[in-house]
Amino acid sequence: MNVFDGQFPRELEDESIYIMREVAAQFERPVLLFSGGKDSITLVRLAEKAFYPGKIPFPLLHVDTGHNFPETIAFRDALVEELGLELHVRYVQDSIDKKIAVEESGKYASRNALQTVTLLAAIEEFKFDACIGGARRDEEKARAKERVFSVRDDFGQWDSKKQRPELFDMLNGRINVGENVRAFPISNWTEIDVWNYIREEGLEIPSIYYAHQREVFQRDGMIWPNSTFINKDENEKIETRTVRFRTVGDMTCTAAVESDADQIETVIEEILSATISERGARIDDKRSESAMEKRKQYGYF
Amino acid sequence: MDISNKQVLRIATAGSVDDGKSTLIGRLLFDTKSITSDKLLAIEKSSRRKGLDYIDLSLLTDGLVAEREQGITIDVAHIYFATKSRKYIIADTPGHIEYTRNMVTGASNADASLILIDARNGLVEQTRRHLYIAHLLRVPKVVVCINKMDLVGYDHARFKSIVYEVKALVTSASLAGFDISFLPISSLYGENIVEGSQEMPWYLGNSLIEVLEAIEVKVQQRELPSRFPVQYVIRPKTQKYHDYRGYAGKVASGVFKVGDMVTVLPSGAVSEICAVQKYRTELNEAIAGESVSVLLKDDIGASRGDMLVKEGSINFGNEITSDVCWMDSNPLVAGKTYKLQHGVSESRVKVLGLNHKVNTESLLVESGISDFQLNDIGEVVLRSSKPVLADSYWQNRNNGAFILIDEFTNNTVGVGFVA
Repeated sequence: MNVFDGQFPRELEDESIYIMREVAAQFERPVLLFSGGKDSITLVRLAEKAFYPGKIPFPLLHVDTGHNFPETIAFRDALVEELGLELHVRYVQDSIDKKIAVEESGKYASRNALQTVTLLAAIEEFKFDACIGGARRDEEKARAKERVFSVRDDFGQWDSKKQRPELFDMLNGRINVGENVRAFPISNWTEIDVWNYIREEGLEIPSIYYAHQREVFQRDGMIWPNSTFINKDENEKIETRTVRFRTVGDMTCTAAVESDADQIETVIEEILSATISERGARIDDKRSESAMEKRKQYGYF
Repeated sequence: MDISNKQVLRIATAGSVDDGKSTLIGRLLFDTKSITSDKLLAIEKSSRRKGLDYIDLSLLTDGLVAEREQGITIDVAHIYFATKSRKYIIADTPGHIEYTRNMVTGASNADASLILIDARNGLVEQTRRHLYIAHLLRVPKVVVCINKMDLVGYDHARFKSIVYEVKALVTSASLAGFDISFLPISSLYGENIVEGSQEMPWYLGNSLIEVLEAIEVKVQQRELPSRFPVQYVIRPKTQKYHDYRGYAGKVASGVFKVGDMVTVLPSGAVSEICAVQKYRTELNEAIAGESVSVLLKDDIGASRGDMLVKEGSINFGNEITSDVCWMDSNPLVAGKTYKLQHGVSESRVKVLGLNHKVNTESLLVESGISDFQLNDIGEVVLRSSKPVLADSYWQNRNNGAFILIDEFTNNTVGVGFVA
């Protein structure tokens, strides 16, 4: 992969801060969707900068699948404490208990898709009118067509044919009752931009992004983290390897990569020489060619 | 004038269904090694499933199921790649007349516009439309790629005659405002995309990527009148920052320095800038494009939608003459009211009249118009409920455009360029 001289282009930060301020100005009850991954950590930093020395004028929402990496949860709580943020957590398990979501079964069972149900319930509960997400257009081809302000109906559905044109930097967040907007301030960032930003800003990220020893097993040519949440075959052998994660979803949908990169510089070097894309390690995207587009139509962010 | 190579270059592409635009972009990504092997493997598989004997690079950019099925680009897609010297963002748009609004959208943020011509067909209606849009939007640089040279035997004479035709059109229709260059390419075989061409020794110019790398984005905004739209007022009201009042926003044009006297529009109140801040950093100045907070000596009570200006005050009034590109299936008609959003400022407007419409295929002006249908471009007169603090788009691209919003559906239905 090519990259120009390894710097973060600061005009991307200016654009993202502008978008953060538009969200705060145009909506009554915005929320920042926080997963504990590097992209949502970047969002928190941008929000901090956008409103400094004031506080971030909206809360964080974490939709907890219950299948998280424990390191991510510990990180989340420390960050919230440090910045004095307001955090809401809503659990996929509660949606399952209320029978509004049904647990998947079988070898590939994951709660990734169920997050949407819990998210939509939380939007309704808190009457959020804008959800700020860390999705980037470079991640995936359906996301490449996403707007910065993406209007969803009350089923959270994304209709690619009815998207509003976005001209210059003017954002139209006006919505009708029952609709809400997904706002994506880092739409124009690429994976390497996020990493360079984390390095230049000196941001803390969960330890699982760096090389560490972990129990893993091999499946479909990918390295899966061992956990009690994954249904394993008897011939899937657990072994301890030195790995890191390039993207962090929950433990059932995120594959590891073999790596010795234990600090930000070596992580960046590794990404620059990688021949596999970031979401190449996302098991949830491998389901079909249009897996992401389909999930977005059902309200995934 | 301050000239610098920006770290990010934004390109708009437009092309007809079959002139190979998606293939060209796929080729740019492929030849700059911006495609990872898993993505390549995925499109190899899809190409084979479709019974192709080559890798269909257009599958990289056509992200929606409907697009892959029909083999065309419908929406604006954003594609990212980087070279050693800068980052590129491509807004890839379809070229058909029914997607004029998408082309205008893509071109609105572009530093450069890439126009494709099929060497077999030469200049067609769509080429006129694409050139007209680049002109209307004042995209500073146009790169015309004459593609599929392999299908005309890499014929130099064919290339020359198309270049001649395009240049003649640009002159006769007075399509001003951009710098233009021409390249003979074959995106299918990668001729003159990143590498030069063995097949066209008669072409001595640069490859496409070399042309793009050399584009110097003139940071003229610094020379333009200073405009700072107040986007958000930061008032922490904490003990430490009890009287803090930061006017947060992104500088639209010009430069704002500590010590500058500024006028707040529309009130006309005057004060002096006592600080320009970016997070914890105190700056001496902020230039166009920077998101900052400006602090003033006096409490002049500016709020969102107001604008700080320096020299060259805005000649604002309540009547606006403007070119408009219509983007909605419900037509624009005289007498109807809309919301107008100029930057971060909102007002209501009434359509007083429609002056004329431009036929984007013939480039002829038609008068006596009763409405604008989806994708129509023409001139209107609007009356606004409050002053719109816009400059002429031709003089200041960063403070001369607005969008129109339907009051009932809330959809963005048009874009305007103040005359």
